[in-house]
Amino acid sequence: MPATSYEAVMSAEPDMPGSLLDVRGLQVEFRTRDGVAKAVNGVDWTVDAGETLAVLGESGSGKSVTAQAVMGILDMPPGRITGGEILFKGQDLLKMREDERRKIRGAGMAMIFQDALSSLNPVLSVGDQLGEMFVVHQGMSRKDAKAKAVELMDRVRIPAAAERVGQYPHQFSGGMRQRIMIAMALSLEPDLIIADEPTTALDVTVQAQVMDLLAELRRELDMGLVLITHDLGVVADVADKIAVMYAGRIVETAPVHDIYRAPAHPYTKGLLESIPRLDQKGQELYAIKGLPPNLMHIPPGCAFNPRCPMAQDVCRTDAPPLYEVNEERRSACHFWEATLHG
Amino acid sequence: MAEAILEVRDLYKHYPLTRGVLIKKQVGAVKAVDGVDVDLFAGETLGIVGESGCGKSTLARMLVHLERPTAGSIRYRGEDISQLSGRALKAVRRNIQMVFQDPYTSLNPRMTVGDIIGEPYEIHPEVAPKGSRRGKVQDLLDVVGLNPEYINRYPHQFSGGQRQRIGIARGLALQPEIIVADEPVSALDVSVQAQVINLLEKLQSEFSLSYVFIAHDLSIVRHISDRVGVMYLGRIVEVGRDAEIYDHPTHPYTQALLSAVPIPDPEARAPAGGPPGEARRRIILTGDVPSPTNIPSGCRFRTRCWKAQERCAVEVPLLAVPPHLRTAEGAVQHPSACHFAEERHVVPSGPQPGGSGDAGTV
Repeated sequence: MPATSYEAVMSAEPDMPGSLLDVRGLQVEFRTRDGVAKAVNGVDWTVDAGETLAVLGESGSGKSVTAQAVMGILDMPPGRITGGEILFKGQDLLKMREDERRKIRGAGMAMIFQDALSSLNPVLSVGDQLGEMFVVHQGMSRKDAKAKAVELMDRVRIPAAAERVGQYPHQFSGGMRQRIMIAMALSLEPDLIIADEPTTALDVTVQAQVMDLLAELRRELDMGLVLITHDLGVVADVADKIAVMYAGRIVETAPVHDIYRAPAHPYTKGLLESIPRLDQKGQELYAIKGLPPNLMHIPPGCAFNPRCPMAQDVCRTDAPPLYEVNEERRSACHFWEATLHG
Repeated sequence: MAEAILEVRDLYKHYPLTRGVLIKKQVGAVKAVDGVDVDLFAGETLGIVGESGCGKSTLARMLVHLERPTAGSIRYRGEDISQLSGRALKAVRRNIQMVFQDPYTSLNPRMTVGDIIGEPYEIHPEVAPKGSRRGKVQDLLDVVGLNPEYINRYPHQFSGGQRQRIGIARGLALQPEIIVADEPVSALDVSVQAQVINLLEKLQSEFSLSYVFIAHDLSIVRHISDRVGVMYLGRIVEVGRDAEIYDHPTHPYTQALLSAVPIPDPEARAPAGGPPGEARRRIILTGDVPSPTNIPSGCRFRTRCWKAQERCAVEVPLLAVPPHLRTAEGAVQHPSACHFAEERHVVPSGPQPGGSGDAGTV
């Protein structure tokens, strides 16, 4: 029997205690002509209601692939989920049928993409695109859906929403388009928002507006937020906790204050030291040597060992587990203690 | 300070907007660059910052003569190069080279690295006679930190950071005096950005280059620049040494821009909903940048400025040290195109991120 509504899908089980989203040991690989690329190798994420998890990583670290797997929008093939589970409110999404997952997308969780211009349909007015959610998910009439669209545009502070609801994406500026993306993600008031580099394409002044809006709406609606980014500044501004990813694995997780004060993984430490500062000119920048690994040939042992200034023999042979630094922190480094205190 | 090697005076670039197919009628203009005055001194790095659409890339393209200015002059060592053509232009171009933003599209995928870096020698054979070119290209690869044996590889065999090094090597091939770099690191990953920035700095001291460094990342611009110009809607609104702009900004736009930069220090963040924490008082500008086809009268920033008054709508503020700040002490005294310029601290000084901060021992 096809699932009829979000409530029908999710209330099938009693409210489970635990996290809103709990990704456990997720593994994703891509089969390409040149071989198998291991994009995600055992990733754990947990997000509670009202909490902001920032996922930090460079291109190829697996952060976006994990997000796509959680949303269920991973291209399969070539992608393949080869292990792990994704628990949303206690239910394993990977065991669900596609029609059930479809009900969860939008109402349960929603995603904000980086490039608003290519994520919006250029030949449909923004009002139609915003209203579509209500027509499809709630069977609302077009007219009511349009009124809802205006309401949403007001909520994300688009001036003159009633007049602009009939306009097309190209008539909006980059910041306004990103607001429309946010409005779309919020339309069914989901419990979890995944924002994949939501402000990377925007200028700093607009970035500040959009991040403030997102943080405010998150508070208002008590949603969980996964913020995927490579910008250490944005993370410091809004995150509660951070997961740093490298070559498809989490190398460090910690509450936001701890990680900036004293990183427990050499990669995190290198990243923090390689960014230039706004408040002083500084000397030569610290640069992490080398390049991120090719996902088809991830180095044996610790994936970061060829670039790591602390690497020893053990790093080249044994992959470090996520050591417990304290109750809230984990680090995948054999020498986390030396990193933390040195 | 050293002599000005490049003097830009009253530079304009307007792109006409036309209507009609057979009989074209000009109905307006996109005023991409709308009156820029700036100097580049020998051996220095001039940073240009601004939001997208402010004209910084158009300015860069005019400096290397990829675009011809609508009006104004660009003097290189005293000679106006904006109207040159033919042989005279070719001679000047040798000395002003460009590094582009996107290392993926600015290298021809069907040419080997050796051909890409050596191509400038085809146009300027006097720099390197035919027989010596391969050796020169290999030297250049070595200089930018790539293995000289890679000379026969193609661009797709390199990562983004390595490609940007190839772009830099091509820029250096003719031994220019000036390099105009338009967002040279913004397409690169964080850990690779620092490598390329350090390379640019090393090359500058090695070959005594002058840089025009264009970027939207204010931290990177501060790191690499000796002087910084802030652009808004086709004009430079404030210019000065890096400390003058970052620690003592007087133009409201500069202040808003700097205050919006997220600082990688969670201690500096404003508590949710509460009063802004510590020194961090962010200025959130309302609205978007006006269209460059329809620039506001008077001060072009007034539509988004919290200080705007009637005077701002009628009188264009000039880029000069504001009269009321001429008697001020020290770093406040620098050119700022605002009638009501006044100093405001917007960049908090934080602790060194990364704990001990001893970069050498990581």
